[in-house]
Amino acid sequence: MIRQLTLNESDNMSADTKQNTITIDGQEIPFLAGQTIMDAALAAGVYIPHLCHRQGLTPHGSCKLCVVDIASKNASACTMPAVAGQQISNNTPALNEARTTITQMLFIEGNHICPSCEKCGDCTLQAMAYHLGMLDGHFPQFFQRREVDASHPTVMLDRDRCILCELCVRASREVDGKNVFEIAGRGTNARLIVNSASGKLVDSELETSDLAAHICPVGAILIKESGYKVPIGQRTFDLHKVSEIGLEKIVLTKVRQPDE
Amino acid sequence: MTGLLRSVISRAYAESPNVLHVLYALQRQFLHISDEAVREVASHLELPTSQVDAVIEFYSFFHRIPRGRYDILFSNCTSCGYMAGGVNLMAVLGRQLEIVAGHTRGDGLVSMDQTSCIGMCDHGAALLVNGIPIVSLDVAMITRIAALVEAAMPLEDWPAEWFHVEDNIRVNGLLLKDDLPEDISLRAIFAHGAAGTLSEIIHSGLRGRGGAGFSTGMKWQLCREAQGDAHYIVCNADEGEPGTFKDRVLLHSYADRLFEGMTVCAFAIGAKQGYLYLRGEYRYLLPHLQTVLSRRRELGLLGGDILGQPGFSFDIDIVVGAGAYICGEESALIESLEGKRGIPRVRPPFPVTHGYLGQPTVVNNVETFIAAVHILRRGSAWFKAVGTEKSAGSKILSVSGDCAAPGIYEYPFGVTIRQVLDDCGAKNAQAVQVSGPSGTLINSAEFDRKLGFDDLSTGGSLMIFNQARDLLAVIVNFAHFFAHESCGFCTPCRVGTVLLKNGLDKIAGGHGTRYDLDEMQRIAALVKYRSHCGLGQTAANPILDGLQRFPQAFEQRLVHRDYEPHFDLDAALEEARQVSHRDDTAAHIE
Amino acid sequence: MSKIRIATTSLAGCFGCHMSFLDMDERLVALLEHVEFNRSPFTDIKHCGSCDIGLIEGGVSNAENVHVLREFRDNCKILIAVGACAINGGVPAMRNHFNLRECLEEAYVNGAGVENPQIPNDVELPLLLDKVHPIHDVVRVDYYLPGCPPSADEFLKILGDLLAGEAPSLPYNLLHYD
Repeated sequence: MIRQLTLNESDNMSADTKQNTITIDGQEIPFLAGQTIMDAALAAGVYIPHLCHRQGLTPHGSCKLCVVDIASKNASACTMPAVAGQQISNNTPALNEARTTITQMLFIEGNHICPSCEKCGDCTLQAMAYHLGMLDGHFPQFFQRREVDASHPTVMLDRDRCILCELCVRASREVDGKNVFEIAGRGTNARLIVNSASGKLVDSELETSDLAAHICPVGAILIKESGYKVPIGQRTFDLHKVSEIGLEKIVLTKVRQPDE
Repeated sequence: MTGLLRSVISRAYAESPNVLHVLYALQRQFLHISDEAVREVASHLELPTSQVDAVIEFYSFFHRIPRGRYDILFSNCTSCGYMAGGVNLMAVLGRQLEIVAGHTRGDGLVSMDQTSCIGMCDHGAALLVNGIPIVSLDVAMITRIAALVEAAMPLEDWPAEWFHVEDNIRVNGLLLKDDLPEDISLRAIFAHGAAGTLSEIIHSGLRGRGGAGFSTGMKWQLCREAQGDAHYIVCNADEGEPGTFKDRVLLHSYADRLFEGMTVCAFAIGAKQGYLYLRGEYRYLLPHLQTVLSRRRELGLLGGDILGQPGFSFDIDIVVGAGAYICGEESALIESLEGKRGIPRVRPPFPVTHGYLGQPTVVNNVETFIAAVHILRRGSAWFKAVGTEKSAGSKILSVSGDCAAPGIYEYPFGVTIRQVLDDCGAKNAQAVQVSGPSGTLINSAEFDRKLGFDDLSTGGSLMIFNQARDLLAVIVNFAHFFAHESCGFCTPCRVGTVLLKNGLDKIAGGHGTRYDLDEMQRIAALVKYRSHCGLGQTAANPILDGLQRFPQAFEQRLVHRDYEPHFDLDAALEEARQVSHRDDTAAHIE
Repeated sequence: MSKIRIATTSLAGCFGCHMSFLDMDERLVALLEHVEFNRSPFTDIKHCGSCDIGLIEGGVSNAENVHVLREFRDNCKILIAVGACAINGGVPAMRNHFNLRECLEEAYVNGAGVENPQIPNDVELPLLLDKVHPIHDVVRVDYYLPGCPPSADEFLKILGDLLAGEAPSLPYNLLHYD
């Protein structure tokens, strides 16, 4: 089910705006009924770090980058409904330290060897680490050894880089109208699997034009023969900060371009 | 083969449409679930093959590689685990059967592994063989078990007394005395009406007995008021918290009261269907529970027009889990009931409005439903008169560990830890783990603290550790438990519990420094405050409590160096030594 | 005032970080007003003496890497992990996806064009660890300078901070992992 989010500017200016606001780091932000804190923040141009969230897909709340403090409690901004009067802390040293630690956890859990990864420069995890000023993975590496699936003619799957955000799982179900991906296993043994009789991508319904083939924030799902085409200096995060992503009003379309 | 597969699947599906049941039937019949079986299940149940695969991999009791005809699982709990007698019983059996934990023997006769607490903590070391518990293990029994396995002796011919699980009820209270006539509460609810029934529960002050302590009356009321196509009742009998076994006893000896309680709830909220979610470790109780359900149907206590009350119909099905502690979390339990991986849902919305199949659902603990029966029988005032102001009634405790009389103790809320320790014959206790690993670890200076929602909240487990115990070993055990049971959904818990486990292993192994200890504190805080659900939010409790109350347990193991490597350098050269056939001085690192 | 003494080395790395260091070009002259080099490929001094700063490029792949790394840690007041390999193993760590035996057999036994196939076993050769590790898995590291390689500007920034007696930090525009 796609949750369509339509923001009407005039609604924000309506008389009852006063009642329907939340406050993030002292800034008053309007929201509409049904919006989450993340929805409201992004619509207002306020960045809350996130990896597993994408406007238009069912919120997930798993990466925990978007943790915010609401009074003395904490919540995931992407799943917590906005409620009038919420006092929310977002861009604080303590929260950003927690986010840095969580990002480090994701780096050491998988094999994120940036120089050898096609996604380098276009990788949201990497850009998040830059945003947070992360210098190293800090913790001992887990040295994942998950199966690589290069069976599909145009898409490849390097599970060692998967951060289990399930964006591809949701994109396939909710936008592509398929059900190509799933998470199996438990705890740190959790891994991305493919819905096909052989378990291989080639036998799945995945097509190059699927959103699921393009939505991976890291280098786990890659379009073949497109790596390194964009020169250093012109890649997504050479030109943009991660904090600019998701702030635009995204209209989901079925066909996505690899250089998106 | 395909024909046999299909017949097993369709027979199981006819018994219960839940995918967990179908997979159990396959596992039992074929000792594993093959690729072909996955495809057949997916086709028969009209599920994606990936969902069937995902479910199999999620639950500990399903296997893609064949297990032995005797599948032996030792509990690894600190109270009923294979180390309970101080001897590693799993290693003893492994030596005798020439088998390594986690593997199936080459001849396919036997497989052996460890599993999280199986709820036999009042019986010492325990194991499950093909799902059936054997308790009070010692080395002599292990030797006999090895011989019986080698002789391929059917389980029916093993000594019957090995399988005898006692209730071990030591102190009776409000609920366990149970001296009223059958099903009087059902007459009472008809007299009260649904609103009156709710009102009794609300006025009683009853709070959930699982540990979280949400007002039962309010939960029922919220569910009753929620709009939905149907309302459901779920009994959480996924008693997975290590050291907890009271539900085992309640299910064994008070099943009628439980089902009566679910029926009371059904009347109050307008539900027609209930589910008992039974943990896989208690599958051996299933025949008994089904007998009780059948009898209640025959007596008109379940089914249509219960006790002749027109329009009041309600029935209960049992769904059995398959080895996943996380399914004790109510929304993960609901996911599991729906045949999925047990991943806790995003909350809000809560199950009272969006529960099973998205419909309003009450999920309560076994003990909570039983308490409701007694409230309806005797009245809310009777219940509220016992316990404390904020914690009405009694609490049934599972007491285990270093004491003379482990077992079931029921006390009014407000009882002190010291009282319990005295009653169970605990001498020289240095620490008590209240409410299991996810609860609170207290020291002897705190033994006058009281059980109740306003002080020491508890789901019912008390694990006692005397002065001779190595508390760090206990905390390490708990850290391994949580890393094993983390569902993997959110980053802090999925990665953090493994970092905590590895860090504690390093410290316990004599390779930890002050730096490592500080790291434990920092990671523990993150896991506690930033995880998605109760599992992660409590997984670090034993470490944080331990660091606060028993710092010496950690500090005495530290090496006083600036830094220690995160891995064993010399061991990391072993593979190279083997490949190159070298063992010279330069082939080692000190 | 005596000069700050710096030692540098490459463990399992490509010396690219060293090349990048030299990309300071003429700025090196000014830097050398304040620093001098002890053990380093720049000096060919073979063992690390007492130093203020040690710069380690490369991950820990074999027994010799461990010995060199320990020598640096023992002798350097401040140890800095330089580049992707020192920080998380980098490109050499791509072998971690495979068993060591698989790697050695591919290189010395089964690989295309291998003559006289045998896995080297001379005692002069350092044995490989089963995995390539970041250096902080073995010793305490004080600061991290990411990049593959870190740019000359990053070296200057971090050394400049240290020379000024400040904790080194990298601004957003200098932070990159490639």
